[in-house]
Amino acid sequence: MVDSAFLHRVVSMNDFPTVASIAADVAAGRVSARAILEEHLTRIDSRESEVHAFNLVMRDRALQAANEIDDRVKRGDNPGRLAGVPIALKDNMCTRGIDTTCSSRILEGWKPPYDATAVKKLAAEGAVFIGKTNLDEFAMGSSTENSAFGPTRNPLDTSRVPGGSSGGSAAAVAAGFAAGSLGSDTGGSIRQPAALCGLVGVKPTYGLVSRYGLVAFASSLDQIGPFTHTVEDAAILTEVIAGHDPMDSTSIPQPAPALVGVLGAGVKGLRIGRVADLPKGADPDVLARLDVAFDELAKAGATIVDVTLPSLSFALTAYYLIAPAEASSNLARYDGVRYGKRVAAGDINTMYADTREAGFGDEVKRRIMLGTYALSAGYYDAYYGKALKVRRLIADDFARAYAAADVILTPTSPSVAFRFGSKTDDPLAMYLCDIFTIPTNLAGHPAMSVPFGTGQDGMPVGVQVLAPTLGESTMFRVAAELERAA
Amino acid sequence: MSGTGKIENGLPDGWELIVGLEVHVELATKTKLFSASPNRFGDEPNTNIDPVTLGLPGALPVLNEHAVELAMRIGLALNCSVQPCTFHRKNYFYPDLPKAYQISQYDQPLNVDGYLMLPGNVRVEVERAHLEEDTGKSTHFGGAGGRIHGSEYSLIDFNRAGVPLVEIVSRPDIRTAEQAKQYVSELRSILVAIGASDAKMEEGSMRCDANVSVRRFGEPLGTRCEIKNVNSVRSLGRAIEYEARRQVDILDTGGSIRQETRHWDDAEGRTHTLRTKEDADDYRYFLEPDLVPLAPDAAWVERVRTALPPLPAARRAALASLTGADVEGEAVSVVVERGQDTYVKAVVDAGGDAARALVWVQQSFADEGDSPRLPASDLAALTQMERANKITATQAKTVLGDMLAAGGGDPARIAASKGFEALDTTSIAVFVDEAIAAQPDAWAKYCAGEEKAAGALVGAVMKASKGKADGKVVTALLQERRGS
Amino acid sequence: MSQRLTAADVAKVARLARLNVSPEEVERYTRQLDGMLDHFADIDNLDLANVEPMTQPYPLVNVLRADVEQPCLDRDEVLAVAPAAEDGRFRVPPSGGLHE
Repeated sequence: MVDSAFLHRVVSMNDFPTVASIAADVAAGRVSARAILEEHLTRIDSRESEVHAFNLVMRDRALQAANEIDDRVKRGDNPGRLAGVPIALKDNMCTRGIDTTCSSRILEGWKPPYDATAVKKLAAEGAVFIGKTNLDEFAMGSSTENSAFGPTRNPLDTSRVPGGSSGGSAAAVAAGFAAGSLGSDTGGSIRQPAALCGLVGVKPTYGLVSRYGLVAFASSLDQIGPFTHTVEDAAILTEVIAGHDPMDSTSIPQPAPALVGVLGAGVKGLRIGRVADLPKGADPDVLARLDVAFDELAKAGATIVDVTLPSLSFALTAYYLIAPAEASSNLARYDGVRYGKRVAAGDINTMYADTREAGFGDEVKRRIMLGTYALSAGYYDAYYGKALKVRRLIADDFARAYAAADVILTPTSPSVAFRFGSKTDDPLAMYLCDIFTIPTNLAGHPAMSVPFGTGQDGMPVGVQVLAPTLGESTMFRVAAELERAA
Repeated sequence: MSGTGKIENGLPDGWELIVGLEVHVELATKTKLFSASPNRFGDEPNTNIDPVTLGLPGALPVLNEHAVELAMRIGLALNCSVQPCTFHRKNYFYPDLPKAYQISQYDQPLNVDGYLMLPGNVRVEVERAHLEEDTGKSTHFGGAGGRIHGSEYSLIDFNRAGVPLVEIVSRPDIRTAEQAKQYVSELRSILVAIGASDAKMEEGSMRCDANVSVRRFGEPLGTRCEIKNVNSVRSLGRAIEYEARRQVDILDTGGSIRQETRHWDDAEGRTHTLRTKEDADDYRYFLEPDLVPLAPDAAWVERVRTALPPLPAARRAALASLTGADVEGEAVSVVVERGQDTYVKAVVDAGGDAARALVWVQQSFADEGDSPRLPASDLAALTQMERANKITATQAKTVLGDMLAAGGGDPARIAASKGFEALDTTSIAVFVDEAIAAQPDAWAKYCAGEEKAAGALVGAVMKASKGKADGKVVTALLQERRGS
Repeated sequence: MSQRLTAADVAKVARLARLNVSPEEVERYTRQLDGMLDHFADIDNLDLANVEPMTQPYPLVNVLRADVEQPCLDRDEVLAVAPAAEDGRFRVPPSGGLHE
């Protein structure tokens, strides 16, 4: 192992190097990308068997990428904004020629013939991909216990879940296996594990980051975003992956927002919304930290205003009808014809049914059935159609609230990281983990979780900053202030 | 259009035939509807593929602007309103449907409420003409003759998957098999004329399903059956006639029609059940979340409307008016179908005889396409010689053959080189009188009103004159001598 | 149990979704989905008569691409990861007549 203790750099709360420091050091030739990579691989070697953050560690490819960065630096070429930064990718993002499983048996052995846009953008800035991370199968879950390849453990306490569905991406950063990672957030799958692992996690505005190459769970809700140790790192990664992509029809035709530059702007004069009718369910330790957050922001010059979001309590219902409905259609393509698993059979319909029965896990099947039911003849209006209208009510509520407030603060997760198996027998109890994160996805707004001290058993608590469409800049200002105060 | 009982539809008295047609046409784009692999027929299997075409995880559709434009052309040519529209997913499992859903238009299609006029001023309403993607192609192996039933396995080629289609749905306004054939033929002419599709039924770039029902005049609509696998205009007529008769036979013997999809077997000349309504899938249509609405603005619609070329009906009317021919006659429709009406106009503009030009183009230009090699002025010169009786029709045909083979030429010089000249009427009269004298039986029959008998007399005159007598003059002289 | 849906409904949905679920799974999914639908009944009393459905978060319209060819995927690369391929095509068991 390379002794890098002499290096001058900003260190995160876990004493791991940040994205910003690595990129600066590598670009300036103070340290090699290869040394950085080896440092991370060493940590993987020592703890991955315990944490299980990865479905695949891309040792050889990462080494090759790191060497290329070092060559570029030696030649005096621009090595990019993420020069030599080890990044982990949630295993539902397509990587050309590299297994992309979605932690599902049904995609075992499939190697995409193309890269996701977000992956390409990171690579173009010199990122070094260190591995593909574990997730709840097809991103359906809140604990990463639904992976076909076994659960990921929370590096801060391995008897607890890391959250989900992007649990592997969160654990990889929290354990120092990668300086940053990408996750996907359909109902909280970045923000909730970020909160549970003590990280910053960002769900950008729907359409800000291209979904091209992200294996779809629920198309109108999915969004890619980063996990990092610091708000600045999150701003850097968001800037890199954001921006219009002609390959995604729902991509917003605007350039990526400037975020790093606003981090020092403070919150003086900003109106911070407190939800007067916040749905019940958050633990006292979590709510206590939220109160401190409001106090700190007020001290820093912000105004706290009460807002009401009366439809928020219906968000869970709307989400768990809309997301499974879209998923039931998105996951129909796993039929054993063109790629992935096939269970041999004498006729096509038996082949379909046997392949899908064997290839999908319990939670995925449950949601496919729920979604199929919600869309089926005679039930569409009662379930899916009604859910779309509730979605509108929620968006309208937010629009009214954002007339009074610039951002809104809520808990990210109702509780700190819970123990394995505590919710696996009751799907609905697991769904309630997402109660504070889901409304954002329904509205298409940005939101991020910022670590803000600890709660029960010394486990981290995240505070969630919500902003209106394309309100990332204000959201990051507030997040940076919270980080300073934490 | 109901209740008159006057239409000859081939069914027993009192029965009315009701047909609606669903026609799918592949658009003549370079690429697929939602992705950039080529839209090309006949390539090696699975070479025109991309992540979207194959329904790979993570792939996303992006709408082809030219496909929208061609679909708008179709709508406007069929007198539809072009309106803001959306795309839906139609969910069903089939191996040649890569995503297990087809992206189609559902309750908000691009084009609505148009019509198509058929001969005899018959108006067939077009309910909608919407955009959707094509499926791949399955080929079945083993079992009997490559049919789907009893096959052992299938091989799938996705080259066609994602090819842009427009589905044109008529209202059930068609009352005879002949009208159905006319509708499809006219539609085909329009599609080719506006450059929207090559519309080849034999290659599958135009496919036609017929919804057929029967009822006693004045009664409410009967249960309909959808007939698939109709691969030519002729088959369409046969399939409708067969199916209508089948339904009448069932109803006549007290039976009832089951709503179902039936397969036309061209070799056997019959339809058989493909699937019944009971085992139809529940398609679970919902708005395609990967696409955004399409709302062509008025300026775009007007740009497309203005750029539309003259349509076949207008061209037929113009050609009929130019040549004095019947607007619903074969010559006019054939020449317009071949796109040679502009050529006829050019011949007339060059001083040619319009009626003769139409005849020659219809008869001799079948292989010439829409821009014949023969200069219009040369054909104009030939028809002038005919009009001046300097050459007979038979001689003109020979001269034209030489001109076409050479790609042009001076007809007068060619005629002179062959020794062609039209005989004057006096000379022809001599031959006519000789023929009458030589064939008294034929002459007697002709005088008794048997027009066919003239053939032998005309033939004799032609033989004697070595083809230099103008047939029209011969006939006129015979009539004069008969006193008719 | 509220009986918002029956085991027969679940079996039908499983057929539609092409999932060969076991009788035990039908029983369990019926119980679990029924419980969820019971919870989801919280929106039944909302007055939604004049509410427009919201299908997409960001209002875009007319997103189009030019009709220009791009390079295709390599057939061999694609067929190499297919469950069964033959003669440049994907091979599947017989279809039995549905959706010809």
